[in-house]
Amino acid sequence: MTAPILTVSDLRVSFGRHEAVKGVSFSVPAGRTLALVGESGSGKSVTALSILRLVEREGGRIDGGAINLFGENPVELTAIDEAQMRAIRGNRISMVFQEPMTSLNPVLTVGDQVSEVFIRHRGLGVREALAEAKVALDAVRIPEAGRRLGQYPHELSGGLRQRVMIAIALACRPQLMIADEPSTALDVTTQAEILALMRELQAQIGMAMLFITHDMGVVAEIADRVAVMRHGELVEDAEVSAFFAAPRHDYSRRLLAAAPKLGEGSPTAPPASEPVLEVEGLITRFRLGGGFLRAARHFEAVRGVSLTVGAGETLGLVGESGCGKSTLARSVLRLVEPSAGAIRLAGRDLSAMDRTTLLHARRDAQMVFQDPYASLNPRLPVSELVTEPAAIHGVVTRRHSRELAVSLLEKVGLEADAVDRYPHQFSGGQRQRLCIARALSVKPKLIVADEPVSALDVSIARQITDLLLELQRQEGLSFLFISHDIAVIERVSHRIAVMYQGEIVETGPAAAVLFSPQHAYTRRLLSAVPRADHRSRAAPPPAPRTVRIADFAGADAA
Amino acid sequence: MADAAFDPLASARPGASGRVAGARAMWREANAIQKAAFVVAVLLLAAAALAPLIAPHDPVAQTLIARLRPPVGFERFKEGHLLGTDELGRDVLSRVLWGLRLTLALAFAGAIIGLLLGGVLGLLSGMAGGVTDDLVMGAVDAQIAIPFTLVALLILAVFGSSLQVMVIVLGLYGWEQYARIVRGEVRKLMRMPFVEAAVAAGASRPRIAFRHLLPNIVSPLVVQFTLSLSNIVLQESTLSFLGMGVQPPTATLGSMVGIGRDYMPTAPWIVIFPALAILLLTFAVQILGDWLRDRADVRLRSR
Repeated sequence: MTAPILTVSDLRVSFGRHEAVKGVSFSVPAGRTLALVGESGSGKSVTALSILRLVEREGGRIDGGAINLFGENPVELTAIDEAQMRAIRGNRISMVFQEPMTSLNPVLTVGDQVSEVFIRHRGLGVREALAEAKVALDAVRIPEAGRRLGQYPHELSGGLRQRVMIAIALACRPQLMIADEPSTALDVTTQAEILALMRELQAQIGMAMLFITHDMGVVAEIADRVAVMRHGELVEDAEVSAFFAAPRHDYSRRLLAAAPKLGEGSPTAPPASEPVLEVEGLITRFRLGGGFLRAARHFEAVRGVSLTVGAGETLGLVGESGCGKSTLARSVLRLVEPSAGAIRLAGRDLSAMDRTTLLHARRDAQMVFQDPYASLNPRLPVSELVTEPAAIHGVVTRRHSRELAVSLLEKVGLEADAVDRYPHQFSGGQRQRLCIARALSVKPKLIVADEPVSALDVSIARQITDLLLELQRQEGLSFLFISHDIAVIERVSHRIAVMYQGEIVETGPAAAVLFSPQHAYTRRLLSAVPRADHRSRAAPPPAPRTVRIADFAGADAA
Repeated sequence: MADAAFDPLASARPGASGRVAGARAMWREANAIQKAAFVVAVLLLAAAALAPLIAPHDPVAQTLIARLRPPVGFERFKEGHLLGTDELGRDVLSRVLWGLRLTLALAFAGAIIGLLLGGVLGLLSGMAGGVTDDLVMGAVDAQIAIPFTLVALLILAVFGSSLQVMVIVLGLYGWEQYARIVRGEVRKLMRMPFVEAAVAAGASRPRIAFRHLLPNIVSPLVVQFTLSLSNIVLQESTLSFLGMGVQPPTATLGSMVGIGRDYMPTAPWIVIFPALAILLLTFAVQILGDWLRDRADVRLRSR
């Protein structure tokens, strides 16, 4: 192991009375990558923020420990004042955040934001700084760097924005780059490109990386060493090969086991049966702009989709962000009005129904959403939340709704005494269970689940998918299960449909789609998935990519 | 932790005992300022309600030989006029009590009318969108663009300044603020997954409006209500000052301040006491409003 560039020893951080980090020690070897792994609330982000001394801004307090940055000017970061710290941030240590959407200032051009670093840390004039900024954008493989300088963040795709963030982080050739889930918000194919870029730039500059993630696949792709955190403590710190071969700590083993892995097999298909949902030639258009004296343009989010879901069957719909899968889900239930096409739900023609009939028909199909924090009305107690659909459809009287609520909670594995609580008193996984209980309250034939586990930690996500499978076995439910994560899709689906640019490009039994993909896009999607096995590291094969949004055009150059 | 967190839920359960327990918990958790504001509010309400009983004099009876007498403790104080007399020899205490009564009634009636009008229009505008939204927001823009005092004067000039007209005029004051707030919040909430979840479950529009939207916009509404209550008191005094408000000799707090202004250098008590009443009133309303807003939010309650 090479000499460390950063050592953290016995770091303790608290928020009020809550101890977020309880005596954590690790070191980042120079020029190499340490992955800090853990589930939400494990204290990994707090640790990262403490290194940059940004944790005070969030209301935290460093109670003890030392953070030593080595190199030409060794310095103990917890001992210096704010002014000295400012000279280190962005210069010797830089950071890339998770959300490329919000970590760039929306009202400043890309050029302004990249050149700011050169003006601040290298004392360059505006003109030289802009020239340097162009070089920096070139270095992260942003096509047409000169033109990008004058663009605003919203004009760039998510992948390009993250490249800009990396360009800013690398501008001063830092000794250490801290990356807090930098690829989590990106599509898998974009993520693969960004990870490859980071590895390459790291080798060029010779910097160290502290890479924070919850995704074991990403760890396998990028890390040299792995440190696992749980409840504010470091439970394991090992070389990446040793870690994947034989994780020492029990929690590490569980984390690895819970991580979705491609190729674990799908549930066996139910016998062929009457379709619950049939969709034919569905088209959904959105109006873009337009208005008084201005012609509107239209954007086709869903382009002639046909699919069926049989009774007791799960159809997994996989696709990247912006491919139209959420719009498709909403169009199927007519939450978004489709422009054309036929929808038959439980033998009834949904597409031709008037408003009142539609309200009644919605009983047969319920929906579970992605964000369990936002999809429960914060002002209602659980007893009313989970029984609301039943109350709407007159399935339950007011008097019996409490009993119904209790039995629903039992079904989804929650305690009966939860009925009097409010949503904010539950964790993310528990809230998603509440959402499922709500959907079950009217005994629907079909549940449309839009990314139901994407906002959850892997171990929680696994419990939720297990719950869905169990409920399907017991009640014969059908699912239209939407996800961007093909490993999750594999775990729950009998059949898989792959969506790309508003169309379904491939559909078939799960095993067929996964093991002998026919369409080029499906193959590309499968190869971009990071595997939780560090030996399979490989650059994603460049695939032809017809592009929907203008800004994506150049992203392939990488 | 768990037990403490659930205690306030007693108030959410039906039954009188639950409500009493909830009120008791609310009082126990209040801080000193909130308690003070509550006491002040109760005293002001009692004073206003009991004005006919406790006012020592007829508020409009003039005693010209006892003009401009100061309050108790000063030279030339006249027995029986605790807070002194005004320029026509009327008892200031009695006028403050009667004025408080009228001002409170006007302010509450006006603020509630504004709340209902603006709330309904804002809800309609935010939920329906399209042409409805354009029309309502057009009316809001118009209301903001035209100085309200001008509109009020026009209405009062045409219909005369009876008490009923006055209530309606003050009700029109500030409706556009409610409409804008409600519309903005509704538009934001309509995009929230939990509203979408209700739609997906088959909920009708009224159900969404009353069960999912309104409870979530209580906080900004309460804040706006307390602000507009104070504004209405001031607006009423402006109109009285311009001679278009409640007609003399009827006392309102606003008109007393307006008229008393001329005597400020020589007889400041004519202004000070009604102004003090306005101050206490708005202060109590604002504090109570914040308190209610926090209590209404279940997320803050269990802390």
